Order: sequence, then C-alpha cells, then structure tokens
Amino acid sequence: MVHQILFIIFALMCVAGAVNLLRQSHPINSALSLVVVMASLALIYLLLGAEFLAAIQVIVYAGAIMVLFVFVIMLLNAGAEERSTGSRIALIVGVPGALVLGVLVGWIMISNNKLLGSVAISPTDFGETHFIARLLFRDFLLPFEVTSVLILIAIMGAVVLGRKES
Amino acid sequence: MVPLSWYLILSAVLFCLGVLGFLLKRNIITIFMSIELMLNAVNLTFVAFANYWNAHGGLLPSGKPVVGLSGHVFVFFVMVVAAAEAAVGLAIIIAVFRTRETLNVDRVNLLKL
Repeated sequence: MVHQILFIIFALMCVAGAVNLLRQSHPINSALSLVVVMASLALIYLLLGAEFLAAIQVIVYAGAIMVLFVFVIMLLNAGAEERSTGSRIALIVGVPGALVLGVLVGWIMISNNKLLGSVAISPTDFGETHFIARLLFRDFLLPFEVTSVLILIAIMGAVVLGRKES
Repeated sequence: MVPLSWYLILSAVLFCLGVLGFLLKRNIITIFMSIELMLNAVNLTFVAFANYWNAHGGLLPSGKPVVGLSGHVFVFFVMVVAAAEAAVGLAIIIAVFRTRETLNVDRVNLLKL
C-alpha cells in the first residue's frame, strides 16, 4: 500500500514536470521542470531497488547535464520562443500520433499485466554498487573502456565546435 | 506491490511527452531537453525490466547476478552517452547561435553553419 502511494506520488510529479516542460515557453522554466522529472525518476529507481542508479541519476543527470543546459541558456540569453507555422502542422499531426503511440503501448502493457507480474520493495541487496562494479569492470570491461574513448572524442568535439573562429 | 506495467506505462507516457516536445517546441534548447526526456523514459524501462529479471531468478549458474543487473549497466552506458551527447549538442547550439543569432529551429534551415 505504501509502495503504491509512493509510486503514484512520484509518477504524478514526473508527468507534471514533463507536461510543464511542454507548457512553458521560456527554456529556463522548461529546464527546471526537467530537473523535477529527473529527481522524481531517481526516487522511482529507488522503489525499483536501483540505489546506485538513483544516485548517479541525481549526480549526472539532474546535476551535471542540467547545469550544462542552464549554463548554455544563460550564456545565449535565450528568450521566450516564438510560434510559427511549422509548429501548427506539428500540432495537427504530432499530437494524435503521440496519443496513439501512448495509448497503444499502455494497452499492450495492461493486456499483459498478468505476464509482467508486480514489483515489491524487497530487502535484498540487488542493485548494490559492488555488484554493478563487478559486472562493469569484469564482464563489461571492453565497452567501459570504449566509452572513455567516446567521452574523449566528445570533449574534443565540444572544444572544436565551441571555439571562436579566428 | 505495484504492477510492473504501471512503471512501463509511466515510461511510455514520458516518452510520448518527449516526442510531443520534440515536435511542438520551436526552441532548439527545449527540443534538446525533450530528447533527454525520451532517454530518461527508456532508462526507466531498463530499470523496470532489470527488477523483473531479478524477481524471476536472473542468476547465472555461477551465482553471478548478470542477467538481472545487465539492465543497470545499460542505463549506466546510456547516461554516459547522454552526457557526451549533451556536451557536443550544446556546443553545436552555441556555434549555430554565433552565426544565426537565433535559437528558433525554423530559421536554422541550412546545413552550413
């Protein structure tokens, strides 16, 4: 019962943040509502027994990435967005499309409800950091090393793109 | 006890809101934030199914929780790639803004900077 109440609270926070992201016209308001979405997703990860992921969701997503976004919004002095004809076509075609997609996926999930089972808050140590660390540094060592190259390339790309041409 | 389908439906709702934001918003930074929202929705699916595998005995014969925790490792990699993508994408936005003086995607209709 407590689990269900907590899930509903965090899920409503998530959806409210996402809807507010769409409603706001100023990007800084959208960025702050995305922080709400990410923080409540971290709490939902905790309900699913993923402590490590909840921590890095807050640190990496709500912390680092969103600070980068807010920094760029401040740097470019971004104002409120202007509506144009392109967005009206997207409104006519996109809203029914996304609605159909959402209803379809939701219907599939509800019809397979028995098969999927349910989630319980268990006292097991599933999702603890040392299990993930063992998996990451033993079974997924090569992908882990490749991502370090990826990040290096991303840093160099960001520096090259952001540099002022002289 | 919460049905797993609730988590998956929440994920689908967040993904659809991300798609809507991508289609409706005209500000390039907000469009980029919608992409992050979609990535988060997919991450939630990964974590939910990791929990499902764990509940259904996702253990290899050696006792390692490989199958169950693989979902967590995938989310880890998605976060790494999202961070790299955010750095490069925001650098591109700054480069576009420097030449166009606008963040409206309707006015950014040429591939050249």
